[in-house]
Amino acid sequence: MRLNQSIAIAAPPKLIWEYVTDPANVLHYMSGVTRWEVVGEQRTGLGARYRMLIKVGSAEVGGLIEVVEFTKERDMAWSSVTGVDQRGRWRVRELGPDRTRVELRFAYGVAGSGLVGYVSELVAAPGLGTHMRRSLQQLKRQVENQRLREVAERRRAEREGATA
Amino acid sequence: MSDRGRGEHEGRTAGEVAEEQARSRNGSSNGAGGHLAEDAVADAKTQARVDPENVERSSGLATAVKQLAGAGAALGYAVGEQVRNRIPKADLDERDPDYIREQLPGLWMLASFYFRAEVRGLENIPAEGPVLLVGNHSGGNLTPDTSVFTLAFNTYFGVERRFYQLAHNLVLSMPGLGFLRKYGTVAASPENANKALDSGAALLVYPGGDYEVHRPSWESGKVDFGGRKGFIRLALDKDVPLVPVVSIGGQETALFLSRGGWLAKLSGADKYLRLKVIPISIALPWGLNVGDLLGHIPLPAKITIEVLAPIDLREQFGPEPDIDEVYEHVTGVMQDALSGLAAERRFPVIG
Repeated sequence: MRLNQSIAIAAPPKLIWEYVTDPANVLHYMSGVTRWEVVGEQRTGLGARYRMLIKVGSAEVGGLIEVVEFTKERDMAWSSVTGVDQRGRWRVRELGPDRTRVELRFAYGVAGSGLVGYVSELVAAPGLGTHMRRSLQQLKRQVENQRLREVAERRRAEREGATA
Repeated sequence: MSDRGRGEHEGRTAGEVAEEQARSRNGSSNGAGGHLAEDAVADAKTQARVDPENVERSSGLATAVKQLAGAGAALGYAVGEQVRNRIPKADLDERDPDYIREQLPGLWMLASFYFRAEVRGLENIPAEGPVLLVGNHSGGNLTPDTSVFTLAFNTYFGVERRFYQLAHNLVLSMPGLGFLRKYGTVAASPENANKALDSGAALLVYPGGDYEVHRPSWESGKVDFGGRKGFIRLALDKDVPLVPVVSIGGQETALFLSRGGWLAKLSGADKYLRLKVIPISIALPWGLNVGDLLGHIPLPAKITIEVLAPIDLREQFGPEPDIDEVYEHVTGVMQDALSGLAAERRFPVIG
């Protein structure tokens, strides 16, 4: 089952990219995620590994994932190493000055689980879709808020510079 | 020799048989069962004395009861032999992570939509190494809390982490339940428990076993291990942390009326099948359900499970802990948590 959600954010790709790829932020904006721990020495980038769990229905589902694609300020994709089969991707594309489209793709399932597995994928989709939508909305709010703070900081510095 | 003659020759009436049952039960300090046996004595004596002019009929009844008990014992012995022959050898390698992984979606749907399950505190289980999980047992022969916990454990830690469960011989030898071994279910024996913990696995035990799982529905919020303390010696021998797990809701999947300890004694099931109970319940689709050997369709009761903080026995009770003190502590902690879960429930079944 593959799910796809996107949102436009009033911030440059660089800022969004930095926010999304920092593992310390994940629990702040990813809805339903209960665990996101760095496994190993590498915190981010190609080959970074995370142990993650997301609450779906009665269970916390997830496992060990690895970043398999990392194109700066454009694409970050991950794939599961253990746990439920999953692939995910962040796509960051500039729409204009200070405006960026962010897309979150997520594919999941359990190979070999047959018809029951297929039905469970269908049944889980609405809940996961809601988590993804909320995650993007929270990401937008947090990044835009950070953008506003940065702009305000710059203005304040300019004012202080002018008075000095 | 006629049936009646045989009954007289052995010289005991139903009342005496039941009284003997009661005496032996009380001797083993089994309070609840003792009360049941006393009830049986009272009932049988009433039958025998109310109608003194009809002693003959009474004696016939006693003979019939004895014959039934004898037939039950013979059947119990035969089934017991079958069960013993069918119990698989302890082979921890029968656990199949790929099989479990493929079954997780089905378990997930069952837990999420049928039982609306909620599992809390899995982070209390040490992330690695051997650990003894001790649970209260509910739900009759079909225990939804075990299915829910198996799902929760395997999705939380991954199917790669070895996880075994001890089960009654009868469960493992039941035709059609062989798949349980693929989940890591092994026969409840000290040998299997030692092997599992030695292998570094997490091991789930239900000390209350058949005694607790068939407690009446109105005792849903009660932890009742029946004084079984083997799990404490196991944790001490293997020096592993003990993690209590409490669950509620299983006892609402049917209306459990009685453990039927007296029936188990009378039929010999306690001797031949290691069954201390022959439960009596009202359950789907049977209506009155005696024995629950064919299982039942569980009502969709909400299952809530809470994993409590781990207990390091030697750290908390010194190098040589007193078994009784530890037992009181563990069951006390579990009872407090279970009472909390019971207080959260507003309606039976619905939760």
